[in-house]
Amino acid sequence: MDTNFSPEDLAFRDQVRTFFQDEFTAELAARISTTASHKTGIVEWQKILAKKGWIAPNWPVEHGGTGWSITQDYLFERERAAAGVPDVVPFGLKMVGQVIIAFGSEAQKQLFLPRIYNSDDWWCQGYSEPGAGSDLAALKTRAERDGDDYIVNGAKIWTSYAQYADWIFCLVRTDPTSNKQSGISFLLIEMKTPGITVNKIDSIDEKHTLNEVVFDNVHVPMANRIGEENKGWTYAKVLLAHERTAIAEIAKSGHYLAELKAIAKEEISGGKALMEDTLIQRRFANIEIELMALEFTELRVLSSFAEGKGPGPESSLLKIKGTEVQQAIQQLRMDLAGYYSGVVTGELSNEQIGHGFGDRARREFMYGRAATIYGGSNEVQKNITAKAVLGL
Amino acid sequence: MNFNLSEEQAMIKDSVARFVADDYNFDQRRQNVAMDKGFNPDNWQTFAALGWLSIPFPEALGGFGGNAVDTMVIMEEFGKGLVAEPYVATVLLFGGLLAHSGDGELQQQLIAKIIDGSLQGSFAYLERQSRFELSDVKTSAVAEGDNYRLNGEKTVVFNGSAADKIIISVRTSGEQYDENGISLFIVDADADGLNHTDYRLMDGQRAANISLNNVVVSKLQLIGELDQGFSLIQSVVTETTRAICAEAVGIMQKLTETTVEYSKTREQFGTAIGKFQALQHRMVDMFIAGEQTRSLLYRAVCSANANSDDSEKDLLALKVMVGRAGTLIGGEAIQLHGGMGMTDELDVGHYVKRLMMINTTFGDADYNQARFSKLLNR
Repeated sequence: MDTNFSPEDLAFRDQVRTFFQDEFTAELAARISTTASHKTGIVEWQKILAKKGWIAPNWPVEHGGTGWSITQDYLFERERAAAGVPDVVPFGLKMVGQVIIAFGSEAQKQLFLPRIYNSDDWWCQGYSEPGAGSDLAALKTRAERDGDDYIVNGAKIWTSYAQYADWIFCLVRTDPTSNKQSGISFLLIEMKTPGITVNKIDSIDEKHTLNEVVFDNVHVPMANRIGEENKGWTYAKVLLAHERTAIAEIAKSGHYLAELKAIAKEEISGGKALMEDTLIQRRFANIEIELMALEFTELRVLSSFAEGKGPGPESSLLKIKGTEVQQAIQQLRMDLAGYYSGVVTGELSNEQIGHGFGDRARREFMYGRAATIYGGSNEVQKNITAKAVLGL
Repeated sequence: MNFNLSEEQAMIKDSVARFVADDYNFDQRRQNVAMDKGFNPDNWQTFAALGWLSIPFPEALGGFGGNAVDTMVIMEEFGKGLVAEPYVATVLLFGGLLAHSGDGELQQQLIAKIIDGSLQGSFAYLERQSRFELSDVKTSAVAEGDNYRLNGEKTVVFNGSAADKIIISVRTSGEQYDENGISLFIVDADADGLNHTDYRLMDGQRAANISLNNVVVSKLQLIGELDQGFSLIQSVVTETTRAICAEAVGIMQKLTETTVEYSKTREQFGTAIGKFQALQHRMVDMFIAGEQTRSLLYRAVCSANANSDDSEKDLLALKVMVGRAGTLIGGEAIQLHGGMGMTDELDVGHYVKRLMMINTTFGDADYNQARFSKLLNR
């Protein structure tokens, strides 16, 4: 048992650090965080990563993966978070790309994978429905055969960035007589297909992320089905475990916590830095201890991956604790911001009103509420853990 | 990077687990702790024969030369079996102080006796007023020629009644709370002027209050440097804290498994209570708390083996979580066992009491969280 880094690992870490310093410029970061240029900024950054060959580390090498060790994966993620670099948009690279690699036809691989790799297509995820949230298998969107096509009718909801998307991967019901998990198929649908409407959903974080996607007699070629008809749930399930691991965002939480420490040292209350307050120290300590544990829980999960055991039930633990820590950090940022957490910037910037981070604190806090809901709510994660791990 | 045990470590683990399965069921454990010394001397000889008493000692002193992982492995299995034999007091504390203080004749002789199972020891560090502060030492040692005269009282000395020899922290200079000026002397349990009053702790182990009334020791009985005993204490307490945290992780796993199994068989309202979602979520919380603690244990052990700058911070985090997660898991284990959880007959309460004792030992969660807070900026 050891977690020492070899000289080669440390050299790799330095290489990654330099790359992020050189390539992820402040100007690019600013464009990404501005709503109007968000999409183009992200795509530009992802193309830089693709050119470097680091956009899809976990893909098989023949499709452009890096073949890194778990230590290299870990170091890459840690450096990325420390440099404030956003994770890649997961829907193409981490989700549908993985499904196509594992279950797609040769034709699908050739058509889609290079375009995903190079961020030529923006993907979104069509899982949840108005009547199927945590109980995903209750989904009702129908796909009926019509010659070489399916005709899709129904609605998907909470679809992040559907307004940007060129493609959506969907779970649809192809066998209306079957119950629940069986009778579901996995379809790839081009967003410009006639009959698709994207309706914006205003969310409490004052940003436009969420949408409803409505399908009204949408024709989808049979060739865009992944694998066999009615077996879609099997393919989707593989993704869910990956998704839960990614949602934990442990390295990012570490980076945020370091930011908050700097803030707590600068914020003055009654003539003393907030960080000198023992109650504030305790809150930091509680979060940091949980995070230190999570870092090693993640390493344990990663090393079981590396030994070919795949993402086990521990991935549920990562999702639950990872999102709890995220929310504790968001709450702490709000509390450090005090009054300024309530400021909605308009004509005046944060700094002009009196503070540099209040607006961000609130947006992150509000958007962060979603983390314990998406990817299977934390309560559902506990149901899964009770069944799969504890055998209850 | 890997979290696997070496072949030797896996063998130690199996060997302790087999001993617990064959010779340490809960009835046997109950009989062992009821014995005069608070443990079964036959078991101690078994430990010696199996080589377990040699594990943490360096090879130069006749030991196995084990590292933090080796100690972790054995302690975790002891935890699962709720083993009451005084491995912590004799091997880790008493033996640890000797091993860290040099490799002279005294160390060679005494450690050989620890390893062959013929010597019981203990470390007297607590005083009535000292709470968790290891440097709060009033017991005095005054030089008289080649001797020292010891006066004072030590409390809650683990294994203090069975020990043949006791290492005592005393003040040889400085003020009550100073880290400088603390020295360690090794004293025979039957020395003139040394009296001990024995009692039982809630986890079954026996402890003693030890009073020193003009106990005369030779300067040859000094362990380590005069006035510089505190850093020796810190080193040994650090290692032992890590070890009892490993024991705690073993206990947490055992309590969670026991509770889950019980919930599968106990029926109420016509169904196994483990089918109730409210209870399932609580058991998942127990599982998560135990796994998070295990992660911090691995973190602390890895950083200790690597001599990392973070090892102090990692250990404090671990000790805090052992206290907090132990409170959660222990409380839930009793609650989910219902009325049965209240009975002394069931092992659950006994595991919980050991967890509570571990929380208290070398500073509880609150105390160590305050220490952790001071390192926040590292």
